[in-house]
Amino acid sequence: MEKPRFNWPIWVSLVLSIFAFLSYPLLFVNWPVTRDFPWANIALFVVAAFLLVVGVRRAFAPGRRRLSKIFSSLGALLSVLVLGMFILVAFIGSRWLPASMRAPQVSQKAPAFTLNDTNGKPVSLSELVLQPINGKPAKGVLLIFYRGYW
Amino acid sequence: MRSIQKNLDQFNAVGIRPVAISVDSPEESRELCQKAGYTFTFLSDPDLEAIGRYDLVHKGQGIKGHDISRPAEFLIDSTGTVRWRMLTENIWVRARPEQILEVAKALQ
Repeated sequence: MEKPRFNWPIWVSLVLSIFAFLSYPLLFVNWPVTRDFPWANIALFVVAAFLLVVGVRRAFAPGRRRLSKIFSSLGALLSVLVLGMFILVAFIGSRWLPASMRAPQVSQKAPAFTLNDTNGKPVSLSELVLQPINGKPAKGVLLIFYRGYW
Repeated sequence: MRSIQKNLDQFNAVGIRPVAISVDSPEESRELCQKAGYTFTFLSDPDLEAIGRYDLVHKGQGIKGHDISRPAEFLIDSTGTVRWRMLTENIWVRARPEQILEVAKALQ
């Protein structure tokens, strides 16, 4: 009977999977190259999957205790769950967007609006379009609609 | 937003004023601008006035289950006409500033 050994590849794989998941919204979204398609995260998951296979093979090698098999399997299952969550967040859930069929199209008139700025002062689209920028006449505005943080 | 701030001088140089719009309150937006160092215009649309007119309402997707805006960008010229737009199909994918500046340079 072999001495019980810590099956490190499984646990390193799990930690790496969690990092691969969290690093997308927290780190890799900051650069367009790693945000538009999550290459970096997929690369991390590939390494995690490799360690997972190594770990599972170790756990089920002859002479390992049953407890080691159970814990390693649990760790492996968690890693796979994290990967599943990542796929959901990065590829599936992120595409659940309204159709926006009536959104203004190119060469159409942009709908007018008046909204408060950060000082609570009302600002209209027509003002924004006409106000000079650094003393020079403005050519237009770029409206950036975003999801908000609160 | 960060990439807009980084390229703000270039946007201003071609005569384009970036304007960010969300359902966040003016106070919340002010806090965001201070924390992140954003110096361009932020507008607050809690009643979905503009977000509704541009058909961008994403129902119940806010943290508190409130309606928010889906990400979208519109380039509007001085006559008030839409000259370019980006309605992303994936919330993680946004237009790149270089792309927008290219279109902006062609505006009269």
